Amino acid sequence: MLMSKPLSFGHGPQQTLKCVEVHKIVKMGSLFRSAEMTLCQLFLQSEAAYACVSELGELGLVQFRDLNPDVNAFQRKFVNEVRRCDEMERKLRYLEKEIKKDGIPMLDTGENPEAPQPREMIDLEATFEKLENELREVNQNAEALKRNFLELTELKQILRKTQVFFDEAVAGGNVCHQAELSAYGGSQMADPSREEEQVTLLGEEGLRAGGQALKLGFVAGVILRERIPAFERMLWRACRGNVFLRQAEIETPLEDPSSGDQVYKSVFIIFFQGDQLKTRVKKICEGFRATLYPCPEAPADRREMAMGVMTRIEDLNTVLGQTQDHRHRVLVAAAKNIKNWFVKVRKIKAIYHTLNLFNLDVTQKCLIAECWVPVLDLENIQLALRRGTERSGSSVPPILNKMDTPEDPPTYNHTNKFTSAFQTLIDSYGIASYREMNPAPYTIITFPFLFAVMFGDLGHGCLMALFGAWMVINEKPLAAKKSDNEIWNIFFGGRYIILLMGLFSMYTGFIYNDIFSKSLNLFGPSWRIFNISNADLKSKTVFELDARADQNYLGTSYPIGMDPAWQLATNKIIFQNSFKMKISIILGIIHMLFGVVMSLFNHLYFKNRLSILTEFIPQIIFLTFLFLYMVLLMFIKWFVYFANISDDDIVYGTRCAPSILITFINMVLQKATPYEPKCKTSNMFAGQIGLQYLLFYIAMICVPWMLLAKPVLIMRKRKQAHAYSVTHQQMASATENGDAQQTGGGTGGHGEGHDEEPLGEIFIHQAIHTIEYVLGSVSHTASYLRLWALSLAHAQLSEVLWNMVLSKGLKVEGWPGGIALYVIFAFWASLTVSILVLMEGLSAFLHTLRLHWVEFQSKFYMGAGYMFQPFSFEVILDSASQSKEEP
Amino acid sequence: MAICGPKCSLCGIIISVWGIIQLTLMGVFYYIGAVALAEDIPHVEFNGDIKELNQFYAKMDSGFQQNALNCWIAALLYLITLAFSAHQFWANNRSSLSV
Repeated sequence: MLMSKPLSFGHGPQQTLKCVEVHKIVKMGSLFRSAEMTLCQLFLQSEAAYACVSELGELGLVQFRDLNPDVNAFQRKFVNEVRRCDEMERKLRYLEKEIKKDGIPMLDTGENPEAPQPREMIDLEATFEKLENELREVNQNAEALKRNFLELTELKQILRKTQVFFDEAVAGGNVCHQAELSAYGGSQMADPSREEEQVTLLGEEGLRAGGQALKLGFVAGVILRERIPAFERMLWRACRGNVFLRQAEIETPLEDPSSGDQVYKSVFIIFFQGDQLKTRVKKICEGFRATLYPCPEAPADRREMAMGVMTRIEDLNTVLGQTQDHRHRVLVAAAKNIKNWFVKVRKIKAIYHTLNLFNLDVTQKCLIAECWVPVLDLENIQLALRRGTERSGSSVPPILNKMDTPEDPPTYNHTNKFTSAFQTLIDSYGIASYREMNPAPYTIITFPFLFAVMFGDLGHGCLMALFGAWMVINEKPLAAKKSDNEIWNIFFGGRYIILLMGLFSMYTGFIYNDIFSKSLNLFGPSWRIFNISNADLKSKTVFELDARADQNYLGTSYPIGMDPAWQLATNKIIFQNSFKMKISIILGIIHMLFGVVMSLFNHLYFKNRLSILTEFIPQIIFLTFLFLYMVLLMFIKWFVYFANISDDDIVYGTRCAPSILITFINMVLQKATPYEPKCKTSNMFAGQIGLQYLLFYIAMICVPWMLLAKPVLIMRKRKQAHAYSVTHQQMASATENGDAQQTGGGTGGHGEGHDEEPLGEIFIHQAIHTIEYVLGSVSHTASYLRLWALSLAHAQLSEVLWNMVLSKGLKVEGWPGGIALYVIFAFWASLTVSILVLMEGLSAFLHTLRLHWVEFQSKFYMGAGYMFQPFSFEVILDSASQSKEEP
Repeated sequence: MAICGPKCSLCGIIISVWGIIQLTLMGVFYYIGAVALAEDIPHVEFNGDIKELNQFYAKMDSGFQQNALNCWIAALLYLITLAFSAHQFWANNRSSLSV
């Protein structure tokens, strides 16, 4: 091959042309098997390594292997660079968070800037550093300002509210004193002109009487509204009821500067007497996180203070506005570039992360990488490497060298947007082994088809197809939206599957002649009601249409699909069951036979002649002779027996048509099938019994053939090889010296131990395999009956929905019927979508998936491979943006 | 002026389009007297007397005609719904664009 020697980049033109041709041809067939992979060694000049890896990342076709798995993450060569990238990413995330907080739209042009040169990293770092610092400073200032603003607003509120308290206190105090005085019964107290004087007099009196300063002190503050009740109780208890608390709610919510939440607060004022109480009250206030504000006692001071607070608040507001403007400007400028920066930083990080996987050459001048690459894309990879070298300005080209390895290469299927969904269905069961037959291309047809057999309804299929078609037509705008709704993403990912399922369901619905459970009469039914007597009309509600009477059955069947006359028949279900069951078995057997044939291609490709002889041939004989024969019987029954046959030919009438299932069971049990005497025989054709014996015995021979042939052949081969090696060794020991003999024996032993499993295990594996296949043939065949069962369930459910819902609207008499129909139709439509299309669709989808995974793939698919995960910027950026949106 | 939201109006549009198509077609089928839909017309009793056969047929025919009309009435109502939903959808789109 071309790549077996270290590659130079100067291919002759002819060689290149040939390569391109090969490339195209094999790429066409690449969905049938995974791409051919090879392990390559890549030597990169230290200075060119960054640019080359960057180009490879854009290409996304190379999977690097970790060459220093035992070196921990902190001891690798480029750990510093990775850390710097992490730091930059953190800053960007901070910026992004701030931008989101302000609701500034981030410009996403979808452009994909190349990974910047390593030296640009410093510029980027400087930019981010500056931005972050600026933003932090602005934020700190804003917070301080806001705190200040909050304090001032609270103070303003306190001054306003306490004014009310003081006013009340003055008025209330007067009333109180008046009451006291009248209790004394003093007659002169009635004179209102002396009131002021008496208050002060009494106060002095009281002061003298108490022997200490009866001066009421007070504190005023603000507290969270929900804390008020507890606060009040605490004060009462701690001060034994000796304090007086007044509170008023602040109506407008205030903004908490640290969290930005809107909180409701209350103003309170506490009157008390004495210093001890004062300290106690202050402590309680502290405990409840109330903010206390100085509040002058004199009304004039208070007024003055209020004025001062008002002007300060106004000043603060202008400053705050300017700060906000500044912050906004900074963020808007950052929002323009942030996506771009993210891409750049993530790319740099990915490149250094990849470089960390490489080995350093002894001379430190060159990095050595090992990577899996698709053989077909070697040309592209070389081109990318050359671009990288040119970009870095290095003179020495990188060297790509193919390596031999005993390891299994990863599985890589070239997919496009159409096939990738089907490939995902297969991959979710198990990644194909390397170069194994890939079931995905066949699934493109069989999956929607088997789905449609279960989902056959023209109307429902049409709804599904329209939905799929809408997603396919608007593919680009919808994909650009990048929704993070998981369910929508599932639907959108499977849009081509949905479209195909819908189209196929329309076809099967047409064949079943079901559109929302009603039938279409396109070609005119083949059945007529004829010659009914007057007495019949009176006595019967059900009339039997005998196919034997020419007037009832026209003799030619409905051109395509189910005759619409069956919709009105009472035995519709019985008739359809027989038809649909047969169809399911026929489809199932064909599907399974196809699977077994696929195993032949696997064996041929891997040159496994032994498996063809001991597995494929008995398997296909077993399946054909028993089950395909049953399918043939069905066709014979369809072609030989008729309902509209005269009494003379009753042997070929419906009465004498044997049951396929009974015939098949009796074929296996070796029993005679009972029949009515007038039918003369239970056979469908001459020599049936003899043929059945033959088929059955040959099929039975296949079981021990499958079970024993392979292990026995392997055992014999090993014995021969062993005998050969023994004689060989004896000869060698006779002719050569001990050293040579030892090395020969050593390598022989190594080879045997490497690829041979013990015979006992081979026997057990083969036994399991055989039992699985033989029993599986029976159970899988029965399993395909789900096609019939779900199809029946779907048809019945849609009929029930029509009769129970829409029919009720149609049966309303007269004009109101139109309005009733309007309402009920909407109800029926939503039920149709939710139950019949969504739920039934999901159930049919899952059953189809099972039929493919278990019944079909178990015949040939190993699924023991592992996925090719190339180093690709696209994948890395996608997953990064996904994980970012999740939390 | 948007009364219902963008999702609601979209839902209205889809159901209306579906309703208009299906109900118009069903109206046509009733009008031409499709047997498949005969089960869903208001119940008409036939007592088995051959003399009343014509009367029975007449009743059936009028039932078919009435149902055809009803279907078309419902279709017309859906046409109005469609216009309303489309206007709502448009209003929603415009308001979301202007923000």
